[in-house]
Amino acid sequence: MTATPAPPDTAPDVPWEELVTVALLGTGRRTPSWLPPGREAPTALLDLAAVETVRRRAGLRPAPAEARLVPAAPDPRPPLPPAAVRRLALLLSERPGAVGGRRGAAPDLMELLPQWLSLANARGFAPPPQALPALLDAARGRTDLRPAALAFAGPRALWLARLNPDWRFALRSTPGGGAELPPSEDRDRIRALWQEGLFAERVALLAALRTRQPSAARELLASTWAAERAEDRLMFLDSLRAGLEAADEPFLEQALSDRSRNVRAMAAELLSALPGSALAGRMAARAAACVAIDRTRPEAVIVVEAPHQCDPGMERDGVVPNPPAGRGERSWWLGQLVEAAPLGAWPVRLGQRTPEEIVVLPVADDWRDELHAAWCRAAVRQRDPGWSRALLGRPSAPEAGGPGAVSLAERAKLLSILDAADRADWVAGFIATHGLSEAFQLLGVCAVPWAAPLGRAVVDALDIARDAGSYPWSFSGVMGLAERCLDPAEASRLDALTAIPDETEDTSPGAGGYWAEAFQRLTTTLRLRATMRQELGEP
Amino acid sequence: MTQQGVRWTADQVLALAPDAASRKAGSELGAAGPWSQAGSSDEGTVWGLCKGSGSTPYRTVVDIAEANGPAYSCSCPGRKSPCKHALGLLLLWAGGDGTVSRGQAPDWAEQWMEGRRQHAQIKGTAAGHGGGTTGDPEAARRRAERRAERITAGAEELEQRLADLLRGGLASAEQAGYGLWEETAARMVDAQAPGLAARVRELGSLPASGAGWPARLLEECALLHLLDRGWLRRERLPAGLAATVRSRVGLPGSPEGPPVRDSWLVLAQYDTSDGRLTTRRIWLYGSETGRTVLLLSFAAAGRAPEPSLPVGLAFEAEVSRYPGDGQPRVALGERFTPPEPVAVRPPGLTTLRAAARYGEALRTDPWLESLPVTLNRVIPTPAGDAWQLADADGGTALPITPSSAARPGLWRLVALSGGGPVTVFGECGHLGFTPLTAWPEAAGDAVPLC
Repeated sequence: MTATPAPPDTAPDVPWEELVTVALLGTGRRTPSWLPPGREAPTALLDLAAVETVRRRAGLRPAPAEARLVPAAPDPRPPLPPAAVRRLALLLSERPGAVGGRRGAAPDLMELLPQWLSLANARGFAPPPQALPALLDAARGRTDLRPAALAFAGPRALWLARLNPDWRFALRSTPGGGAELPPSEDRDRIRALWQEGLFAERVALLAALRTRQPSAARELLASTWAAERAEDRLMFLDSLRAGLEAADEPFLEQALSDRSRNVRAMAAELLSALPGSALAGRMAARAAACVAIDRTRPEAVIVVEAPHQCDPGMERDGVVPNPPAGRGERSWWLGQLVEAAPLGAWPVRLGQRTPEEIVVLPVADDWRDELHAAWCRAAVRQRDPGWSRALLGRPSAPEAGGPGAVSLAERAKLLSILDAADRADWVAGFIATHGLSEAFQLLGVCAVPWAAPLGRAVVDALDIARDAGSYPWSFSGVMGLAERCLDPAEASRLDALTAIPDETEDTSPGAGGYWAEAFQRLTTTLRLRATMRQELGEP
Repeated sequence: MTQQGVRWTADQVLALAPDAASRKAGSELGAAGPWSQAGSSDEGTVWGLCKGSGSTPYRTVVDIAEANGPAYSCSCPGRKSPCKHALGLLLLWAGGDGTVSRGQAPDWAEQWMEGRRQHAQIKGTAAGHGGGTTGDPEAARRRAERRAERITAGAEELEQRLADLLRGGLASAEQAGYGLWEETAARMVDAQAPGLAARVRELGSLPASGAGWPARLLEECALLHLLDRGWLRRERLPAGLAATVRSRVGLPGSPEGPPVRDSWLVLAQYDTSDGRLTTRRIWLYGSETGRTVLLLSFAAAGRAPEPSLPVGLAFEAEVSRYPGDGQPRVALGERFTPPEPVAVRPPGLTTLRAAARYGEALRTDPWLESLPVTLNRVIPTPAGDAWQLADADGGTALPITPSSAARPGLWRLVALSGGGPVTVFGECGHLGFTPLTAWPEAAGDAVPLC
């Protein structure tokens, strides 16, 4: 506020600043002539100052208003139902890191926030504006929450993020800093933005265009390709990964002779994901030269003859010549050739066998692990469900549980290529045979909520683990997943498990009580999830 | 008095928590897991059994229909009130997911309710007889006289110290540091003048308050001098002003105004703590009288002052004024209804009018720090590193006090506004505006900012 000048009033009219100066130095040092007589100097000064203080305060006026903010863009989505507003406030009142000690039987609310957000996003609700600060704070602390939290938070959150440096991340995480991209028909504006925009805006433009019109995005990139910096070329090329199509081949083939080695490697990787491309054909020919059926033996055996050199043609097609420390260069080259070769070529090459038949063939001279690992990478890169299923094998196979040719991490990747139902069935079969100890990573790639057979397999396995007498915290990872991923409809089936079982000789002391508590938390969380879902309404 | 139609929100329940730890612990218990046999009755009783670490579950029961704020009972050994079980139970009830079903209270809950009813009856009868604890009026008068003499001695001593300070210069206060003022404040506590003691303590912190401190220190010294003078000559002051002086010195008197019945909208509730004492301020707006009044309550640190009232709800009650011109403080008398949602909002002013109001209020109480006002159609606007509330339809703005701009409530206000006009209730004073509650431009619930 601004002070108005004191109106001419009672004598003596001394400016406030003068009073402050005298007070600061002390009346003992300098007694001004304007102090009214008849009183001690300090008291007279205080009298004057009191009048002046009240006068100054009473005369306060509002300040001139600063320039107004541009209002936030309107959020066209319907508002959240009141019950869901309260639930959101409750979920957000849980602060990460504040939870200490044992978890007890109460649900972990923060863990339910991701699910709540994806439900709210699926229903297309707008957040209550006053909840945005807490939502942005939560997303700031947890990067995994950011995409869903920012999608839900909507335009007003970006508006807020421009005002508070703590929330800058929201602008970085949103393509183009939340700026709107021109419609794909507006070629002039697109071209202008492409030529003059900031790097982030250009990446966002390319990605957006690629999803709408793959060829237009490619042509836009080709128009300025030669003039781009190497690291930018790499980023731009990466945006072609989405919507990769056969028509991209000429452009990618040309990028194989790029000045930058990283750009060449990425172009080769993209081309190898196009099974019909010339590069894929060249790689298939090279790989086929190395892998064959040995027809001299009575039963079929795969023999491998790894390449003896990495010639310039291989290098141009993206083969990295120097192996990492500890790997032989021949097996390193072989792995890259098989990984980049189209999987569709193998049945023909290996005697008209299906992928299932191929993966069970013996492999001579200890090449099996190398070869199968390369096929796994190829199945993931080429997103081939048939090969993925073959390489996963039967879930009940004894070697599936242990460290076989295919590691758990690779299995998880292969599973992600299968459709959701197949994935759930495979993991359910795996758990039924091998129990839960190795299942965590595999469960992580299954669709939420878990399909009924998978959910039942997990609950049965937990039940078995309890009966076997172990403590529940050996399974805390799976328990946590179950709380988030089990279908809430399963809650009623769990009721029997929440009772404290009798202790027997085999069980660990007190384990029964802890299991009852863990199952209680599981059912409570499932019920809470069902309530959450209900509060948000049916889609 | 049935509460069934009006379940509270989680925020309102959590506002009952005595401290952050209880709030946290209560939220964790606000799920069906540990609870069994939870229920609520039409009379506004909520009960449930909560499984703790022991073998017997805790019996928790809350009376939410109680006019003077919820009453709690829990068999847990905790000393906080409400305990985490009571909070968890209320959250469960507020969640409305069906875990707390309507029904007949079990015996143990019914017994407690019966006990409360009997107690209330006895209290009612006692009040009916008009018997207080006045004791011997002559002795009370002598006590009051003795206290006034002590305060007079304290005020004279304080005048002397202020004169010494001004003679030696404020610059010397900077070197003397905080200790000098602490000692003087302790002398004022001895003199039974807590109002003077608080002001003296405030003086001690000013030399370290950054640029412009000499002016602020002179202002506060002058106002303290004015208060001393007012006390020493209180017999010659008009009755209203004399009462204001007494209350500012630390003799608030007792609520003696006639009871005023109204539907009181809870505008804001917030606690401040000085480490020893927690002070709760609740601003109420009477929708018929149009008056804005203040409920003050106190509790030892770590305990929540009573009552706790949910912002945005209104209840029928009688209040009585404390003496003193321009003093908003009232005592809560009988309450006739529990808090219920209402569409009422306090009428708002422009920033220009709000500043003028504060100036006018200084005429009756020159020591007034701030005045409760509602601003209509204002937009939170950045002003350099600070914020202001700018009139949507004018060219003026009130600065937001730096201390409230540093609190998370500011961002809730900014988010609610989105660059558009909002209605804001808060305290308007010489330091600026402290926003406490906001309403969206369109229909919508009150959003607490403190």
